Amino acid sequence: MAENPKISPLGDRGILIKFDEKVGEDLLHKLLFYKEIIQNAESKQKLEVTNTYDSLLISYVFTIEDVYGEVSRLEQLISGANITKKTNYKTFSIPVCYDPEFGLDLEHISEENNLSLKQIIELHTAPEYLIYFTGFLPGFLYLGGLDEKLKISRKNTPRKSVEKGAVGIGENQTGIYPKSSPGGWQIIGRSPVELFDKNKAIPSPFSAGDKIKFFSVSKDEFYEIEEDMKSGNYSLKFEKHEG
Amino acid sequence: MKAEMEVLQPGLFSSIQDLGRFGFQKYGVPQSGVMDRYAMRIGNLLLGNLQEASVMEMTFQGPQLKFNSPTRICITGADLSPQLNNEPVENFEPIQVKEGDELKFGRRKRGFRSYLAIEGGFDTGEVMGSQSWYEGITSEFRLKKGMRLAYSAEQVSEIDTHSSIRIDMDYLEDGEIEVYPGPEFELLPQTHRTRLFNADFGIEDSSNRMAVQLKETLQNELEPITTGPVLPGTIQLTPSGKMIILMRDCQTTGGYPRILQLSETGIQALAQKMPGERISLKNINYTHNGAK
Repeated sequence: MAENPKISPLGDRGILIKFDEKVGEDLLHKLLFYKEIIQNAESKQKLEVTNTYDSLLISYVFTIEDVYGEVSRLEQLISGANITKKTNYKTFSIPVCYDPEFGLDLEHISEENNLSLKQIIELHTAPEYLIYFTGFLPGFLYLGGLDEKLKISRKNTPRKSVEKGAVGIGENQTGIYPKSSPGGWQIIGRSPVELFDKNKAIPSPFSAGDKIKFFSVSKDEFYEIEEDMKSGNYSLKFEKHEG
Repeated sequence: MKAEMEVLQPGLFSSIQDLGRFGFQKYGVPQSGVMDRYAMRIGNLLLGNLQEASVMEMTFQGPQLKFNSPTRICITGADLSPQLNNEPVENFEPIQVKEGDELKFGRRKRGFRSYLAIEGGFDTGEVMGSQSWYEGITSEFRLKKGMRLAYSAEQVSEIDTHSSIRIDMDYLEDGEIEVYPGPEFELLPQTHRTRLFNADFGIEDSSNRMAVQLKETLQNELEPITTGPVLPGTIQLTPSGKMIILMRDCQTTGGYPRILQLSETGIQALAQKMPGERISLKNINYTHNGAK
């Protein structure tokens, strides 16, 4: 059997910890638990611990002096830790306008998946999506929990430019483009919410382990929220949960 | 008066960089930072600066700059034929600059990226704890004509370390790039593994601070991986066989198999290679006394 987790150097400035377990909420909580332990234990070193679906990456600012020493310290840290509690999390409510003007591929999904527009919106706004991590672009959230019925292939030819705020589906993933960029996902709507603000000390309110619920807004409401967002009068609604 | 240099000509692609941006990867923000850390460190050491003081990174064709206050500078990395007031000056040597002096560059002699270190470092403002320019994060991402770049006017106490600094310039031309096996290396068939370390590869024209692409392909049947962490120096293998070597401005996560990982020495050597040049990959191992 393969080691679990597998701890190995990734170049001179990184150590990768990969778990051979099913991707899901349980593994995410495990990752976040170990992430905190490592951060606390290594607070004197210049490093950052990040997670993805099944891995932790410890990235060091400087070249690691003693790679094997570091790996074995991490092995001890992880084997010695008992997962005691789940971490606290927030559930954010995110407005999305599913008007066909924004939802460029709604018709395509409607035909392919044999769903009415109303059904697409219902299916997309029903789940609480789990935030696994941020990657790809600053502020781009990797979310889990898309309804199987909404699953759809990416576009054969990616769009050269997808609008900032566009909400899309690619295979079994859904997400929001934090800024305009090329993209191959099927676009179903647009959110007026600012996902990443480089001018804030904490540029994004979302953390791995938090959850997101979409709610449908009209075009008028979309523009209203967008205005309020710009003038700083809109604050994201969220509920806190004890883990 | 604020100590500033005016950009008379921007050159091909120049930007202000330091070690990079750390602590923001969790928001998907790239590390950025100088492509060639060695060149930055040597330039700063020769001036008595902190090793990580910000520098100007200049690619292939240097800019033309005019200083409004006296300072000392040191040019390292690639040799782009620097001239102060039309007189040739040496790389890897501290140079005294007077008010009104003009620095420009000429023909590239060797290497690809040159570094301008300045006494006390640049003073161009930090975003998320770093001065490194990156499009979308800092307000500027490349030098433009007419820009005025502030630098520290403070004199650094002269440190007599010159004699003890050994300067290695061979890496500027050495085409051998050090790599470690990456997380998905073992998934490659033996023939591919052998080929990686025995063939040589050409650098694509499209290469930049985000990634260096190789011309030759490696036909493969590897499945995409569950999106996972990547770092500068990660070599990704795409389904079409393209090898993409991630550099300092790379994304924080990726879904292609990570077949190899460059060492820091490998990254700085690759940073000095031009599109069209050829490289080979040298397999190294992690040692017990430091990474290398």
